[in-house]
Amino acid sequence: MELAYGHPKSLKPIQTKYCPGCGHGVIHRLIAEVVDEMGLQTKAIITNPVGCSIWADLYFDFDSVQPAHGRTPAAATGIKRMLPDHLVICYQGDGDLAAIGTAEIIHAANRGEKFTTIFVNNAIYGMTGGQMAPTTLVGQHATTAPEGRDPGVAGMGYPIRVCELLATLEGTKYLARGSVNNMVNIRKTKNYIRKAFEAQMRGEGFTMVEILSQCPTNWQMNPVQSVEWLEKNMITYYPLGEIKNTLNATAGAPATSPAKAN
Amino acid sequence: MAEEIRLMKGNEAIGEAAVRAGCRAYFGYPITPQNELTAYMAKHMLAKGRTFIQAESEVAAINMVYGAASTGARAMTSSSSPGVSLKQEGISYLCGADLPAVIVNVARSGPGLGGISPSQGDYFQATRGGGHGDYYTIVLAPKGVQDAADLTYEAFSISEKWRVPVLILADGLIGQMMEGVVLPEPIDPATLPRKPWAVGHAVEMGRPYNHVTSMNLVPDELEAANHARYARYERIKKDINRYEEIDVEDADVVFVAYGTSARVSHGALQMARAKGMKVGLFRPISLWPFPYARLHELAEKGKRFLCVEMSMGQMIEDVRLAVNGKAPVYFYGRCGGNIPSQEEVFAEVARLMGK
Repeated sequence: MELAYGHPKSLKPIQTKYCPGCGHGVIHRLIAEVVDEMGLQTKAIITNPVGCSIWADLYFDFDSVQPAHGRTPAAATGIKRMLPDHLVICYQGDGDLAAIGTAEIIHAANRGEKFTTIFVNNAIYGMTGGQMAPTTLVGQHATTAPEGRDPGVAGMGYPIRVCELLATLEGTKYLARGSVNNMVNIRKTKNYIRKAFEAQMRGEGFTMVEILSQCPTNWQMNPVQSVEWLEKNMITYYPLGEIKNTLNATAGAPATSPAKAN
Repeated sequence: MAEEIRLMKGNEAIGEAAVRAGCRAYFGYPITPQNELTAYMAKHMLAKGRTFIQAESEVAAINMVYGAASTGARAMTSSSSPGVSLKQEGISYLCGADLPAVIVNVARSGPGLGGISPSQGDYFQATRGGGHGDYYTIVLAPKGVQDAADLTYEAFSISEKWRVPVLILADGLIGQMMEGVVLPEPIDPATLPRKPWAVGHAVEMGRPYNHVTSMNLVPDELEAANHARYARYERIKKDINRYEEIDVEDADVVFVAYGTSARVSHGALQMARAKGMKVGLFRPISLWPFPYARLHELAEKGKRFLCVEMSMGQMIEDVRLAVNGKAPVYFYGRCGGNIPSQEEVFAEVARLMGK
């Protein structure tokens, strides 16, 4: 009998430290499933950022590198340049990517570095306890925006749409935004990840999948409320879909990655 | 056939030595007075099909080194003082993750933006870790172009042996001046063995998956890791203890100086000897580990010491630690990008000796 569904090999069968309702667990699983389907477990390297997903190296069953906060795209650059036949996954949160690491992501994207960024956008700093992120929505409460994000008098700026920002750069080939709020979007997100990983293994250029994700703990909601809040507030501001797709080989992309044959 | 002697700038000789040492990846950012080094690497690394990236910042450059080093590749960055300050975060992470790397500081004057002329004001930063946390890097200080090439070449293997970054502490004079240099034998990076601790090629290496990280949230485990690293530092101290001595045996006063200051002091020594004054020179080459034991031995023989530095006095603290009160330690320094002349250093030692 064929096993139709099981735990991915690339994800260790252990309980995560993530809070109930957090999106990281689902996102980890999607990555692991795609890595397995592409047969790349032994060639995968993840760079885990500073933030809640600093624990990623506990869960993924392949090599990992843990760089400094925000420097993940620079470190991933060094790794991928040395190991071009490996699958390098640069996992980042919104504080890591869009605040402290803004220079690193923009220039890695502009150079067309051939790794894939998985950008988890939950509109808040998780690990440090609910501070305002660059992607925090206007009016959204945070410990450092106690009356809600105020771009006016308090001068807190506006939420950054990272995919759209990076889309202007020639080096970016594939930028998609998914979400893990329901099964339909989870499946679409997995498809985006697969397209990005396949493009990476073909060496096309910079690829990124932004994933809207719940943070019930720091949003101070229960998991069900957090899904509803994401749908009502985040998806309306951060449109889902392929924001940019200039992949050469998308139409005729091989069903299996070239690396699988190795 | 006679050895080929090439006339090269210090910055270029450092670059060529790194290429010959099998450096697979160089990451840099423009800053004076080390720009020839970055340009040299751009030309020669790319020509050899190796990795060269002009990074968006010094911060990015050192973190690219971190990534490349985590794959076990020989990786390098270079900068000058303000840029090396920016690299301190990455250097701390390299040390925390026990990754080898070579970092070149063609130092200039500070603090702040300071000036672009040579200085030795980065001694504290170089020899006391420089970033956050408990760690050291190995620090080697060349006195000229040949020395800069030799130490850079060797830095890669030293760094790999100990899994500790090696910092080459030069200065703007050494970087900019031209001298004859005999270059070391080229190493093909493809012949260098893969590292069991690195990421990538897990199957070929027949190992479990590796996790390169400096993080540990369990205090007892992190403490144990720091103790293990410090035990390694003790072994490094026994292995690396480099210095050069000139005329110290019969000397009454010994100059203690490194790098450019040591060359100037050597000139002052020759002036003093011509007048029959018993002056010697002790030049630390490894600034960390510092050659404390030999200096202590000299102190016990009754020598007096005159530290000559292009700073307000930084290495003098190590000299005092070495001497441990056994002998007087004097200081002569210039800073702000000024290089002392041998005449002024001679005048200082003559004053000290009552001549």
